[in-house]
Parts: sequence; structure tokens; C-alpha cells
Amino acid sequence: MNAYRKEAFTGWLFILPALIGFGLLTVIPILFSLVISFTDWNFMEGLKGIRFSGFHNYTEMWSDHWFTDSLKNNLVFAVTTVPLIMIFSLLTAVGLNQGVFFKTPLRMIIFMPYVSSVVAVSLVWALLYSPSQGPINQVLRDIGIEHPPGWLSDPKWALTAIIIMSVWAAIGYNMVIYLAGLQAIPKDLYEASSIDGAGKVRQFFSVTIPLLSPTTFFVLITCIIHSFQVFAAIFMMTQGGPGTSTSVLTFYIYQSGFSFYKMGYASAMAWILTLIIFLVTIVQWIGQKRWVNY
Amino acid sequence: MTWLKNNGLKLFITVLLAAVAATMLLPFLWMLSTSLKKQIDVFHNPMIWIPAQMQWNNYKEIWLGSHPFGLYYFNSIKVTVFSVIGAVIISSCTAYGFARFEFKGKNFVFLIFLATMMVPDQVTLIPRFILFNYLGIYNSHWALILPGIFTAIGIFLLRQTYLTIPGDFSEAAKMEGANHFQIWTRIFIPLSKPALVSLIILSFTWNWNEFVNPLVFITSKKLFTVPLGLTNFVDDSGTNYPQMMAAAVSSILPVIAVFLFGQRWFIQGVASSGVKG
Repeated sequence: MNAYRKEAFTGWLFILPALIGFGLLTVIPILFSLVISFTDWNFMEGLKGIRFSGFHNYTEMWSDHWFTDSLKNNLVFAVTTVPLIMIFSLLTAVGLNQGVFFKTPLRMIIFMPYVSSVVAVSLVWALLYSPSQGPINQVLRDIGIEHPPGWLSDPKWALTAIIIMSVWAAIGYNMVIYLAGLQAIPKDLYEASSIDGAGKVRQFFSVTIPLLSPTTFFVLITCIIHSFQVFAAIFMMTQGGPGTSTSVLTFYIYQSGFSFYKMGYASAMAWILTLIIFLVTIVQWIGQKRWVNY
Repeated sequence: MTWLKNNGLKLFITVLLAAVAATMLLPFLWMLSTSLKKQIDVFHNPMIWIPAQMQWNNYKEIWLGSHPFGLYYFNSIKVTVFSVIGAVIISSCTAYGFARFEFKGKNFVFLIFLATMMVPDQVTLIPRFILFNYLGIYNSHWALILPGIFTAIGIFLLRQTYLTIPGDFSEAAKMEGANHFQIWTRIFIPLSKPALVSLIILSFTWNWNEFVNPLVFITSKKLFTVPLGLTNFVDDSGTNYPQMMAAAVSSILPVIAVFLFGQRWFIQGVASSGVKG
């Protein structure tokens, strides 16, 4: 008993620094943010400016069109980027795994956008998207599209422009995760199925896809979470504009808190965002039993 | 002809993937090329890929002129180095605690750590902002280093590796009178070198590229990190695009270098954080 206690104590000692760090920097702030979300607080007035306002922030946001538009954009962003990223990264991973010339350099180049800062990448894409003479529209005109979109300056196209860039940036990272999943599939399963007369396409759907399902599940969850956390690209490229066309929750929360100093309101929206991410993850977790084979 | 027959599929896939790779590479090449152009040539039609006269002045202006990127670089290096060292130490000892001990509440604490990854930065920003003000580290590099040190992914990554180290090793060391601190530093750390290198490289990249924390917690220009320095170019009417691209190139150069140098570990790190599921 005494030995067990001593072990337990030593164990706690090893995780203590992280416990303090995460407690102070993450857990307590999360709880504190919940408290602030029930207040009306302009932080310029200092801590004594806090007034409790009940659920006011939580009811008010639904008639704030910046909030509702941001939420809508978030959903559009998730529903478009997640499948695109998953399909492209799976296909590139399968291609690389199948055997190609120059495997290492190809993998490296496709992975490159992930290591580069979103801030720098956004600056480049903003120029590539220039409506009048930007490289992308120059190419589009060259191939015969007379009136290419105005991209970031056009409310109808701005979100699409950011979606394209985000998919571009995320393929490499998820491809590497898929590659690891592919390499974990035993080779003899392919041999067995080819003896049974299955072709490459058939093998892909009856061996690769089912055995890859745990990886697919992981990629799906992380892609959804990341899609709701998109911020730097919006901040650098459009600041949510034109109008509200590219505003997302993370951006509007940042603005409400640090440009308008509405700390209570910003915290309430942040909690709604957390709740959405949490719910989506739970639903996926429950749903996985139907299609994930471990 | 037989070569083509045997390698036809391989060649075909290579061509397809080369097209994907070109899509990934072209924006970077355009950035590099534009950083050496004159302002009037940026949107020249047809596109100029290799400027007739390389405008190295753009870099000089970024580093030594109106935008003090030399200083931003110094700040980024400082913040990144301290964050990485801290993250490696904390992740490693926490991972050891999780992997080698059984105690009540362990799984619960681990679950909490796991859950913190789901929470978006925006939830903790405001309370952290208040906390840092209270601690007197708002608008100082500590406000960036502290959050950089505590990384849940780092803990998972090393815990994964530590779980694969056979129990016999530590049992044998215990027999010879080694305590846990010695087992951790003399057996687990040396045996997990590849995972440690992965963590160092990944955490270098994350910290170098970190944007939200500096944006909120740093206000003095002299404390700006490189990504924050890049915001100088947003909404700046009459922006000098070549200089902006020179700054962008400067900002990604260190991570690209580290990536080229250590891509094996980099990819291993990403892969093993994902395989866990």
C-alpha cells in the first residue's frame, strides 16, 4: 500500500508542471470565459465595469447579422473544405503509395504549404487573386474566360477564394497522415485479393477504404475542428469582407473582443463556437461505430 | 517498349502527382520571383518569372530599412527557442508520468488534456489577456513563450513512444537502485530520440508560425515576431508588393530550411500523431 502511494505520488509529480500550466493557461480561462459570457463588460472600464446580464449575450447574438452570417460562412467553409481536403489528400496518398518516380521530392513539395506560415501564404494568394491583372485571372483570360471572378473583392467569390487556398494548404498534412495509414495495411491482404481476381479499382474499394477507416475518421475529426478554427487567412486576406461575406466566428469573436472591447459578448460567441465543435465531434464519435473498423 | 509496359502506370501516376506538386510549388515560386521584381513588373502581362534585373534592394529595405525584419527575426528566434526547449522538457516529463505510472485520476487528467485541443484559441484569449495583464507579462515575450511550452500534441506524441519502451528496461534499472528521475533521463530520453527530434522540429514550426497569440498579446513594435511583422502590409494603401513578398520569403525561409533538413522526422512526427486515432 505504502509503495503504491509512493508510486502514485511520484506519478503526480511528473505531470504536475503540465497540470499547473494547462490549468492556469487553459482550464481556468475556459471556465472564466464562461462566467464572462454572462456579463456585459467593456474591459476599458476595468474589472469593476462588470455587470451580470444573464443570458442576454446568448439571446442577442441571433439577431446580430454579423454573428449569423459568420456562423453560416463557417458551415459553408466546413462543408466544402472538409470533403475536398479528404478526397485530394487520400488520392495523392494512394498515388504516392502505389509507387511513383521521385517519391520523396514529390511528397516534400506537396507537404510544403503546411510548414509555411498561413500569414505569409495569405499575402501571396491575395496578390495571386488580384482581380484586374493578378496571375490567376491572367491565366483564366488566356484560356478564354473573358470575365473571370473578382475573387477577394467580390462578395460572391471571396469565400470561394479562401476555400480554394485553404484546401491547397491542407492537402499535404492530411496526405502524410493517410500515407501512414496506408502503410499500416498488411501487404498480404492485397495479394490474397488479387489471387481472388480483384483488380486495382476493386481492391481500392474493398480493401483500402475499409481498412483505412480509422485514419479517415481521424482526418475527418481534425479537419472539421480545424475548419472551425480558421482565422489567420481571413484576418490577412479580407478582414471578413467584402461586407460579411468572409467573416467567420473566430474572426468576429476577435473583433468583438479586441476591437469593440465587448468581452462578454465575445466570450458568449466563443462558447457557442466551442459547443458546436464539441457537438460535431460527439456526433462523429457516436456515428463512427457504423463505418469505422478497428 | 517493355519498360513502358512495366512502368506505364507508375509513369502515369508520377505525371498526375507532378501536376499536384506544381500547384503547390507555383505560388512559392511566384512569391520568390516577385520579391526580386520592380513594383511596376508585379502584374506584368505576360507574367515575368525571372526579372531582368534582380531587385535585391527589396530585401535590403525589408531587413535594414523601413521594416525592421532583423529585429522581428531576433524576437521570433528568441520566443521560438525558449518555447521549444520548454515544450520538450514539459512534454517529456508529463509523457513519462502518463506512460509509466498508475494512479487514480490519471485517465481523467489525460482526457482533459486531450479535450483542450478541441477548444478554439478564441475561448481562452480573453481570460488569458486578463491573466497576463494581472501577471504583468502582457506585451512581453513571456505571453508567447508560456502558451508555447504547454502543447498537448507534444505530450501525446512522446507518450505514444514511451508506451512502446519495454517495462523490463526500467525494472532492471530499478533493481540497480535507479530512481524515476534517472530512469526518465537516462533510459527514456535516449531511447526516444527520433520522437524527440520530431517534436523539436514540429514545435519549432508551430511556434515560428504562431499568429494569434502575438496578435493579441503584443502591442509594441519592437517586440513583434515575424508573422506579426507581416501584418504591417495589410490595409497599407500603396503597398510595395515586391517588398511585401521579400518579407514573406524571409518569414518562411527558416521553416523551409528546417523542413528540408529534417523532413524525415517531420513527416514521422505528423504521421505518428495521426495514426494514434
